[in-house]
Amino acid sequence: MPGIDPIVLFFLLGLAAGLARSDLRLPGAIYEFLSVILLLAIGLKGGVELAQQSLPALLPQIIAVLLMGLILPLLAYPVLRLLGRLGRADAGSIAAHYGSVSVGTYAVAVAWLVARDISFEAHMPLLLVLLEMPAIVVGILLARGVAADTDWRKLAHEVFLGKSIVLLVGGLLIGWAAGPQALQPVSGLFFGLFHGVLALFLLEMGLVAAGQVGSLRRHGLFLAGFGILFPLFGALVGGGLGWLLGLSVGGTMLLATLAASASYIAVPAAMRLALPEANPTLSLTASLGVTFPFNILIGIPLYQRLAELLHATGG
Amino acid sequence: MRTEARKLVTIVTEAALERRLADDLKRLGAHGYTVSDARGEGSRGVRSAGWEASSNIRVEVVCDEPTADAIAAHLRRHYYDHYAMILYLGDVGVLRPEKF
Repeated sequence: MPGIDPIVLFFLLGLAAGLARSDLRLPGAIYEFLSVILLLAIGLKGGVELAQQSLPALLPQIIAVLLMGLILPLLAYPVLRLLGRLGRADAGSIAAHYGSVSVGTYAVAVAWLVARDISFEAHMPLLLVLLEMPAIVVGILLARGVAADTDWRKLAHEVFLGKSIVLLVGGLLIGWAAGPQALQPVSGLFFGLFHGVLALFLLEMGLVAAGQVGSLRRHGLFLAGFGILFPLFGALVGGGLGWLLGLSVGGTMLLATLAASASYIAVPAAMRLALPEANPTLSLTASLGVTFPFNILIGIPLYQRLAELLHATGG
Repeated sequence: MRTEARKLVTIVTEAALERRLADDLKRLGAHGYTVSDARGEGSRGVRSAGWEASSNIRVEVVCDEPTADAIAAHLRRHYYDHYAMILYLGDVGVLRPEKF
């Protein structure tokens, strides 16, 4: 069993530095660069694998995962409205964040599995891409209704051409078209440096998460509770689905992690334009200040246990 | 040196709005605009520019007075309520009035 993951320690360093108000900060351009490498690397890995699989065989998984992406925000919304007493816009926006996924959390979960030599389905990045989108549409519909004046053309542009989708899908296509041999020359950057890039990325995420603490204090207990309990519930849904779909233990754990994670790249950008009246502080406080640290520090090992348990009892 | 009077409209707002603002400005008659990254603090908290959702931009437009008024009125109507945005106008002199 390896010691504490260095990646997690980098996150804690960023968190501690941010809480102590150190003047440490990575320039925005560096953060962008790191996230570009992570997104492309994840896409490439999945694309290489997709080339070896027949898409029709994956269709049941694709449909099931899309359905999960539609259902999770539908379940989150009433909780946010009734228990959280949030307005329609805020509840819809937070529901969209939690129905969608966090690529950073996924990357940490993958690193966690790799460090322990646990194998997983290599086409998971495809499911990751599919889970990014449906919740955005559901969240907007919940907040706005169908008849509203939403500009769907502009919104579709935002959803399908947001940078995280473009890079993930682009990576998938490049990996798929090029195949493992042809990717060799670029693999040093994207695969060899993956863990180092992820560590730096998490250092920055720690700083960002620390920045949310002030608003967490203001917006209180409900968001903190929701930010922990809903991911746990999501992990049960995702883990159960992974098991039903016949994924390996590692794949089940990753699907649980995806369902438990909350977006902070694609969804905030889309919500800012589609639901301007929703307060971005609320959703970002929950997803970055609570859920992301929770998943990194506690959730991921827990979801692995869940996956093992499902496979042990379910056979 | 003889200069012609124009208005300088400066908008500081969320980076998420950049593309939408650019469309608005051109439609309202601006001949060009300049965008730069910015960070700072205001009534909506610290905008540290550490990552996307906390990034700010500063948009500058030099234009004639009616266009400046139209831009100010449009932004006020459509963005002030829900976005972190400030806008201010200043008088500037330009050498080539036909450009603005």
